[in-house]
Order: sequence, then C-alpha cells, then structure tokens
Amino acid sequence: MKKAEAHLPKGLEGVARDSVMRLHQSMVTIRTVENTVAESITKKEIGCPCHLYSGEEAIAAGICANLRKDDWIYSSHRSHGHYIAKGGSIDELMAEVYCRQTGASKGRGGSMHLSSPEIGFPGSSAIVSGTISLAVGSALAFKIMKTDRMAVSFFGDGAADEGVFYESLNLAALYKLPILFVCENNLYSTHLRITKCLADQDIVKKARAMGVRGTSIDGNDAIGVFKVAKRLVERIRGGRGPEFLECMTYRHRGHVGPNYDIDKGLRSKEELKGWMKKDPIDLIERKIIASKLATRRELDAIIAEIDGRVKAAQKKGLSGKWPSCGSDSAFVEASWRCKR
Amino acid sequence: MRKLTYVEALNEALHQLMEADDSVMVMGQGVTSPWYVGNSCINLIDRFTPSRVIDTPVSENAVTGAAVGAALAGMRPIVVHPRLDFMHYAMDPIANQAANWYYMFGGKLSVPITIWGIINRGGEQGAQHSQATHAMYAHIPGIKVVMPSTPFDVKGLMRSCVYDGNPVVFIDDRWLYRMEGDVPEKRYSVQIGKGKIRRKGKDLTIVATSYLVHEALAAAEELAKKGISAEVLDPLTLKPLDEELIVKSVGKTGRLLVVDGGWTSFGAAAEIMARLAENEEILEIKAPLKRLALPDSPAPASRTLEKNYFKRAEDIVREAAKLVR
Repeated sequence: MKKAEAHLPKGLEGVARDSVMRLHQSMVTIRTVENTVAESITKKEIGCPCHLYSGEEAIAAGICANLRKDDWIYSSHRSHGHYIAKGGSIDELMAEVYCRQTGASKGRGGSMHLSSPEIGFPGSSAIVSGTISLAVGSALAFKIMKTDRMAVSFFGDGAADEGVFYESLNLAALYKLPILFVCENNLYSTHLRITKCLADQDIVKKARAMGVRGTSIDGNDAIGVFKVAKRLVERIRGGRGPEFLECMTYRHRGHVGPNYDIDKGLRSKEELKGWMKKDPIDLIERKIIASKLATRRELDAIIAEIDGRVKAAQKKGLSGKWPSCGSDSAFVEASWRCKR
Repeated sequence: MRKLTYVEALNEALHQLMEADDSVMVMGQGVTSPWYVGNSCINLIDRFTPSRVIDTPVSENAVTGAAVGAALAGMRPIVVHPRLDFMHYAMDPIANQAANWYYMFGGKLSVPITIWGIINRGGEQGAQHSQATHAMYAHIPGIKVVMPSTPFDVKGLMRSCVYDGNPVVFIDDRWLYRMEGDVPEKRYSVQIGKGKIRRKGKDLTIVATSYLVHEALAAAEELAKKGISAEVLDPLTLKPLDEELIVKSVGKTGRLLVVDGGWTSFGAAAEIMARLAENEEILEIKAPLKRLALPDSPAPASRTLEKNYFKRAEDIVREAAKLVR
C-alpha cells in the first residue's frame, strides 16, 4: 500500500483509495440530494423551508468519515449534509422534507429538524448556535459515563454572532470535554456578509481566546479536511480536550431555497463564479483522476448509481403517507422511561 | 413522624437520588457552596464525584443547554438557577430545545431534565432579584411545571421530576425553606399533575400556589373566625393542572379565589380561572371568579413598597370576604 501511494499527487498522501472514494461518494450523494430538493421546491412539491448544503460537502464528508457510529453530531438548519455524511437514511430524509409520516421525524420536523439517534444524529435545530451547548452537554455526559465517545458540533460563521457560542466554548475548555467544534464559514449569516456581522472576522482567534485550540483550513478540499479531522479526532479521543476547526467555504445557493441570492444584490455574480471554480466535488474528482484512483467513466457510473438511489428515495418520499391529525398528542409527552 | 425543614427535605431528595442512580447529576451556580442556593445542595460535593456536582460559571444559557445535551445522551441532570430572574438567559435551551425535542423529531429522543428555578424575593432585592415567572414556562408545550409547597411534597416531587422523562421546570420559593413538616426517611414520589386539598371548606374555594398556600391557610383560619368556611387547594403542579380537583371544589362551594405569586395579567391565576369559566359541569357560580396576584409592575426595592406589593394572608382575607357576603 505504501509503495502504491508514493506516486500519488500532493494532498492524497497517506489517504487510502477506499477513503478517498468514500469521501467522493458521500459528497456526490449530498449534492444529488440537494439538487433534487431544489428541483422539488421549484415544482412546489416541498413546502417547508430548506437550507441547502451545496458547495460545502467536503466538510461534512471529511469530518464524519473519521467518526464512529456512536459519536454524536449536532447540526443546524443547514443539516442535510451532516445527516447524510453520518449515515442517515436518504429515504427518511426525502420523506421528511416532504413532511410525511415516513420521514426521519415523522413529518413533525421538516428539513430543519432531522433526527436519527441510531447513527449518532440526535437532532438538528433551527436556532443559530442553538445546539452548540447541547453538543457540549453530550460530550460532558460521554466523559462522566467514562466512554471514549465524542461529540461534534457543526455550525456556521453566523454562530459567532451569538453569546452562547462563547459560553459553550468556554465550558468545553474548562471541563476539557471530548468535542470538536466545526465552523463552516461560508461568509454569510443569512443575507448579511460576515464583515457586517463581526468587527473582527478571525473566528479561530475567538475560539483560542476561550481556551480552545483552533485552526482554519480550506473547507472545499475534502481530503485536506479528512486528514486534519483525523488528527483532531485522535487528539480529542485521547482525552486532550476540545478542538476548533474553521473550514472556509461557500454555499452555492442562497440562504434558503433553490435560488442563488444574487438577484437582490446580496452576493455578486463574480464571487459566486469564483467559488464555483473551487467546487469541492470537481476538486476531489480531479485528484482522483490525476492519481488514477478511478477514470472519468468510473466516476460517472458512481454518480449515475447515486442518482438512481436518490430518485428512488424521492419517489418513495413523495408517495409516503401524510401524518394524520389524530396521532399528534402522542409525541408531546415521553413515556416514563425514555427510549434510548 | 420525623420533621424536616423544606430545604432539608430537598437536600435529602438530592442525596438519595444521586446515591441510587449514577445518571443523576446536579449542575448550576453555587451547588458546591456551603451557603449558596440556600443550603439546598449542602454536602453533595463531599459525597459524589465532582463530575456529577458541577458548580458552573454564570453562563445560564450554555449551562442549561449542556444539561439538555447531557440528558439526551443518557444522564438525568438537575440544573439549578438560584433565581428565576437569571433563568431568562436560559430561555432558548428550555423553550426551543428541551420543550420541542421529543415532538419535533417524532418521538425519537426525550429530554429527562429537571430545570430548577428558585423564587428569591423580599429584602429590598428589587426587580431583578424577585421574579416569579412560573406562568411563562407553563405556557410552553412540552414543559411541565411543578411548585412544591411543603417539605413532604418537595422531596417527592423532585424525585418525580428527575424520573418523569420529560423536561420539568421545578420552582421553589426561598420563603418556604425554613418551614417544617413531616418527611419520611424512605424514597417516595409525589405524582406530577395531582393537587391536594389543604383545608376543607364549603363557602369558597381558594386555589393558592407555592408559598401562598401557607398564607391562604392562615387566611382560612381568620375567615373561619368570621364564619366563612374556605376550602384551600394546592395544585402543586401548574402544568398539567389538576383541573378535576378544582372543578369538584368550586362545584361544591360556587366561589373561586385564585392566589398566585406571579403577575396578574396572563398569569397562572388567569389560566385557572379560564379553566373554570370554560367548564360546563359547574351549574351554579355564586360570585364572580376572582384572582389575587402581583400588580402588573416590577418588584420594588423599598420595604414600604414591598409590603404592599407582595400578597399576604390579610389580603386574601379581604378578597375572600368580598366574595362571601
């Protein structure tokens, strides 16, 4: 294996073929789902607000590839990517964006509220910064229970606008908790550019000020994210306390829905074009082909297969039963002993 | 039976819960302090591992959120806020996260958390160290609210909250802490959602919450001297409310006075009156439904103003007497 990897282009070294191909597969699955959702919104098949992850796939894929099933990740309103990368069912995701009984949250959550505890995805919440402290608490529980499980908190740059972000980082550092904070810096907090939100846009500096080790990387380079995350996860599992990873990226589509937020002058066409050239899937495919891990034709076959799977999930989702009104009170109160 | 003060009973509940179950933890401001949180957490840190008795920084939002996250991951945390005023900072993890989690994700994970907030008023502490905000929490679907008023009930209800499996806001009042009462040594539960008749009567029903149960009992004593027989009810749980208990009593007496330590408008008293107003079983109401709660103004500091602001037995006697003429 070592010998075979010796000639790989820079950036692939040390990463096995299987890992690279899995990253690619994960990213393409996310992109295909998001494109399918976007089309479905345009066709008015989807009613709930969807915050699409297109353009940021390398981050979820690169981080989650280093996690175990029993590690917990928390996510935000933009959660499809994290859910898929962690191993969530695409059938249930599609059914949930259609708000059906067959969905991941039985049609009670919609796109912003996905849950799949069995794969380590307790839930995604639509309040900016709202799950950071929850992730800290789960990490605290893992530590108290003397397990070697860890938590990951995914959030955007907008989270740094909230006070609880700082409180949560401080607690994690103070109690030396097994948690990785992943800031997906896509430069926009809803419609507002980061320069209009943060007087000092160096988010890693803020993390360090709270006592958390932090670093900033290219969030569009899946292999790079994978390698850094691997190192950080090892450190965290080794009991060395929290880590903060800022991944610089860009969401292709607008804050919410299928559009691009350039129509109202929120973002410039040039900026979008520039980032499209750094598309994370293009990037990994170029590396795969250049290093002869797979041919273009082989990649196209993989993409076609994923496309078929997502189309099938979409069809299944759309034909799923709607929740019936009579069944609603059952979810308000948990049973005396909670299920877990 | 053995007598304990309210705070001793509460402290005993915490000790017994923690010694029997490794998943129970207490976190919040002052839980390792020998005098903070009114001695309620005394000696916990001496008996249990520090990771389960966490004296936290004043980060109410993140600390409460962390308790929610710990609950999701398998712990049964009790997170304490030494004053309800400080708990406003924790509204997001309570109202957005804990309250919604079970419903919002189709019943996949519940949040077995006890959010303990203390009413601590009087003594010229002013508007930000006096609030009784129980009604705000009772308004939120997915949150239960209990307000134990006796040493017996505080011990049993704390246990019920920890094992309820849902987020419960547990609210006590520092004015109750020194009260004595019978408390069994063994572990026991007091059922959430069940109120108690504290005194039987036939002329009017007084529903009082938390500390005011005791003022209402003192008032009933005075009223008896005037020939008025008052029945005193203690809901113990604000949500879900023991509506049956109240309806039955008012059905008998035909008169209702609700006494609550929160503000008047849109408060707990308003909800209790509304339940009665909507009820179709009660055929005869002999007087208008009445409430006695705090004026719609912030708590004052000066003792001369405080005296008028917080309600006492004499106020209850006055209002009750007006209903029974």
